Amino acid sequence: MTESVRLNRGSSDVAVIGGGLVGLCIALGIQRQGQQVTVYDEGDIALRASRGNFGLVWVQGKGDNLPAYARITRLSAKLWGGLAEDLTQHTGIDIQLQQRGGLFVCLSESELNSRQQMLEKMAAEHPQGYPFDVLDLQQLRELIPEIGPEVAGATWGPEDGHVNPLYLMRALVSRFELLGGKLVSAGQVRNIISQQSQFVLQSEQGDFSCNKVVLAAGLGNKYLGPMVGIDAPVFPNRGQVLIAERVRPFLNYPTGHVRQTEEGTVQCGDSKEDVGFDTGTTTDVLAQIAHRATTMFPLLKDVNLIRSWGALRIMTPDGNPIYQQSEQYPGAYLVTCHSGVTLAAAHSGPIADWIATGSTDHAIDLEKFHGSRFKF
Amino acid sequence: MAADLSFNRLPCNERAEIEITVEGQTVIALEGETVAAAVMYAGLRPTRTTPVSGSGRAPYCMMGVCFECLMNIDGKPNTQACMTEVHKGMVISVQQGAREVGGDSI
Ligand SMILES: Cc1cc2nc3c(=O)[nH]c(=O)nc-3n(C[C@H](O)[C@H](O)[C@H](O)COP(=O)(O)OP(=O)(O)OC[C@H]3O[C@@H](n4cnc5c(N)ncnc54)[C@H](O)[C@@H]3O)c2cc1C
Ligand code: FES
Repeated sequence: MTESVRLNRGSSDVAVIGGGLVGLCIALGIQRQGQQVTVYDEGDIALRASRGNFGLVWVQGKGDNLPAYARITRLSAKLWGGLAEDLTQHTGIDIQLQQRGGLFVCLSESELNSRQQMLEKMAAEHPQGYPFDVLDLQQLRELIPEIGPEVAGATWGPEDGHVNPLYLMRALVSRFELLGGKLVSAGQVRNIISQQSQFVLQSEQGDFSCNKVVLAAGLGNKYLGPMVGIDAPVFPNRGQVLIAERVRPFLNYPTGHVRQTEEGTVQCGDSKEDVGFDTGTTTDVLAQIAHRATTMFPLLKDVNLIRSWGALRIMTPDGNPIYQQSEQYPGAYLVTCHSGVTLAAAHSGPIADWIATGSTDHAIDLEKFHGSRFKF
Repeated sequence: MAADLSFNRLPCNERAEIEITVEGQTVIALEGETVAAAVMYAGLRPTRTTPVSGSGRAPYCMMGVCFECLMNIDGKPNTQACMTEVHKGMVISVQQGAREVGGDSI
């Protein structure tokens, strides 16, 4: 590097690497505890799931292979109202949170049956109860009169909801900065060095030191993790999203595939593709998304599409989050998940508290989220 | 709808005049021009109200990217006036808030 390296231009109690939804929520929560937090983000060329997601605060079906994940998801959904209120009260930004329940619409009887079986199995694993309902087309029509005639039915989750993810990002940044947090776009952090009881982050724009470091760099965690002794085998999974023009409200509840924002925009999505680090869109996948959306809601046949994009989910091999402190380098933490919108309230609450204070909420079985589960 | 002096047609192209209807009134437009150009020349502003606050808007970018020019054109709501050419007998009205969907299409 020919550029002069500025040592200790910044030092902080806690450094968070990654300024997406996950990093910002954790940074906000720790800053709220009175510790000085700096978030280091890569900048605009980065892969950013937080700018391309669907905005669901979604409970039903999450954690069907890990009850601890279902529990933290439900805890987050419960804490979400408080997070939204705090953000709106201090920043004046309405992030449009609605938690009136959500629907997973099934086009065939067999799809509906297998979803019902999955939710029944989950209910059996949660002795304290796991609320859901199965609706046939008739019952579904009572909730959404515009539902199409070819739909088989839907599963209903009373704890589901949605939010505007871009307003959420803005509000998180603003609230974090109002509390004295610093957000630094220093390019990629390329190396992390542990020195005495400190960490030095080597970035494109110089070195920064901190007492604790939290890796919340999304897909970047894969190569940052090993620098602090944590394996995070995350990989990209692309989702494409189609946006239709604003129309008068017709959809009072979010569904897993289609939702209408408060301004009237209709978002359609839920594709899953394994295409590496490619954020493009393809006509065949967009056509499938549009076909499913118009089957669910035939009135969408008339509506103009205005935009589409592809964005990369951050997946672990079992789909569940990694929350881990390094055994080799205590003070280094790694956090990653594939549902950063849903888990936002858990991250800014109990997960941030765990990192800030070292003590954990019993409601969260942190050991279940240890990255060593991927080692054979 | 009096013509606003801030918009003038340049006399570089000879084009046929056609009649269109804007907000119920007959307006002369030039063949090949866009609805946005025709309604602005005719002095109609705003051309839509927003779905969120209801405030008035008018064509802005004139090249299809800002979506400020949405109008109801020949019965089709939310149509970009700057991307639509006029034709004889076209019927255009102001887009009020968010468009309705449903009805016949269901
Ligand atoms: C199409 C799609 C739909 C989705 N729908 C939903 C949904 O409905 N509900 C839901 O809960 N979740 C949804 N998600 C998932 C959700 O968007 C992600 O879980 C969340 O955004 C992840 O946030 P993040 O902060 O981990 O990652 P990112 O947003 O990717 O942020 C990571 C940040 O780290 C930075 N970074 C990376 N490497 C480095 C480095 N070396 N140095 C410095 N900075 C670095 C990057 O610049 C980036 O800003 C969806 C995702 C996609 C793609
Ligand atoms: S004026 Fe901008 S899209 Fe028509």
